[in-house]
Amino acid sequence: MCRIGLQYRLEASVSDTNTTGNGMTETKIASHQGEPNRRAFLHLTTGAFAAIGAANIAWPLIDQMNPDASMRALASIEVDLDAVEVGQSLTITWRGKPVFIRRRTQDEIRDAKNVSLDALPDPEADKSRAENPEWLVMVGVCTHLGCVPLGQAGEFNGWFCPCHGSHYDTSGRIRKGPAPKNLEIPPYQFVSDSRIKIG
Amino acid sequence: MSGESTYQPNNGFTKWMDTRLPLLRLAHDSFVDYPTPKNLNYWWTFGGILTFCLVTQIITGIILAMHYTPHVDHAFNSVEHIMRNVNHGWLIRYIHANGASMFFLAVYIHIFRGMYYGSYKAPREVLWILGVIIYLLMMAAAFMGYVLPWGQMSLWGATVITNLFGAIPLVGDSIATWLWGGFSVDNPTLNRFFSLHYLIPFLIFGVVILHIWALHVPGNNNPVGISVKSEQDTVPFHPYYTVKDGFALVVFMILFSYFVFFAPNVLGHADNYIPANPLVTPAHIVPEWYLLPFYAILRAVPDKLGGVIAMVGAIFILFVLPWLDTSKIRSARYRPLFKQFFLIFVMNCLVLGYLGAMPAEGVYITLARICTIYYFAHFLIILPLLGLFEKPREIPESISASILPETAASPAE
Repeated sequence: MCRIGLQYRLEASVSDTNTTGNGMTETKIASHQGEPNRRAFLHLTTGAFAAIGAANIAWPLIDQMNPDASMRALASIEVDLDAVEVGQSLTITWRGKPVFIRRRTQDEIRDAKNVSLDALPDPEADKSRAENPEWLVMVGVCTHLGCVPLGQAGEFNGWFCPCHGSHYDTSGRIRKGPAPKNLEIPPYQFVSDSRIKIG
Repeated sequence: MSGESTYQPNNGFTKWMDTRLPLLRLAHDSFVDYPTPKNLNYWWTFGGILTFCLVTQIITGIILAMHYTPHVDHAFNSVEHIMRNVNHGWLIRYIHANGASMFFLAVYIHIFRGMYYGSYKAPREVLWILGVIIYLLMMAAAFMGYVLPWGQMSLWGATVITNLFGAIPLVGDSIATWLWGGFSVDNPTLNRFFSLHYLIPFLIFGVVILHIWALHVPGNNNPVGISVKSEQDTVPFHPYYTVKDGFALVVFMILFSYFVFFAPNVLGHADNYIPANPLVTPAHIVPEWYLLPFYAILRAVPDKLGGVIAMVGAIFILFVLPWLDTSKIRSARYRPLFKQFFLIFVMNCLVLGYLGAMPAEGVYITLARICTIYYFAHFLIILPLLGLFEKPREIPESISASILPETAASPAE
């Protein structure tokens, strides 16, 4: 610091004799020295300080658009499954999206298990999608562009998206059409035999 | 001051742009190499500070509008939602609410600076008038913004102000009904106030551009009030005034931050945290601090129409200030009498503000009447007469000579 200060004073005395009053001459002389001078040091620290300050101000302005506390509080719900018979489905809302809860028939479970993984665009075994094979729980949003597929429809008797013709099987896996992925499985757990917690 | 442009595009893209839309040239000529009087003091930094305030209000306001609901059943709760649920919502709302106060603080300093140094005099009358228009728009925006949280002060402030229009003879009631969209301040009123509150800042932004344009034609006034005579009287805007404005802005931000972080509600009114109730008026109803002087003038006149005329006149008289001041000398530095009357005028405005916050009874009314009369006398009697009878001090021969007297003889540095 001491050396920088000394150098600056030297430059200042040089520039005093040359300056034309517009402040540029001094800078030019200083830049010939090839070593950092006091002005460069001040420029750098001021600029860095301003940049860090701007980033700190920007973050709250950006983060305010993320889910707020009232939205985050809705992150999990519990659903009673007592009334759902085999072959029936329940659609509930979780985080503003439909969640399909289907109590599958034995035929549907068999169809889902008897598919070779090679035949699937997004290979995934049925048992990893439905831990308890009777209950299939999925986010009911087509992985193509977000429409809600129709249940028990399409070429594989699973779900069919009317928007752009994606066919899902009885495990909710994509089989045909433009959708790239299987229907998403949300995090869930059975709280009791007839009660499920989603989220 | 609008001399030859010194802008030199230094790469292919800027050269290409320069012959199509010379935006960078405009920015360079306006804010980099713009010749600025070299004697500007810190009172001249409030233009930059005000620009900062406007941009802050627009950014935080757009964000608040993302979370706010302009409906009588939801407005109050949506503001509480912003305070409690929205990420950093409390910070953004407190910046916006206190930002309004900071904006007015800065604009009052800016206006008084213009009055003290005679910045409204020829050739800057249009510049001054545009400034008064901005000030009027600011008051409209601030008033409507205060209504949006739909607390008790929102509702009753809106009721009092809109009822002012009822004082207009013959058509007053129709105008009030038209403003409300009903028969009292209600949901339609809240909806339209929200719409207009969003619109006005962009109108202000447009007038600010005209204000800066009108500033850059004659150039800045300065503390000695003498026009720039040669290049010796000026320095380039950058880095001299970018740095000076920047430093002043940082100091201003410290004050701003003090209110936002340590006293966010001290400039507001507690009653506005009570949801609006059309059946009960708060015992003591006052506007925000920055409107208090005009509120005092309104209450000083014992007549509905007369009060409204006095209050509106107190603002509109600023439009004709350039023609009421008959003195040719701009800066108060060389006007010994004006300097003292200016100080009395500022004190008078502050006292009016104090009286506006006090209950409308007893000695306060009497004082408010005296101050109101003095307020108008300053413009209508003192300023015209001072120009005729005051003996100004000797004016320096140039800006350079005023700050470097020893070089006055040979101004070649």
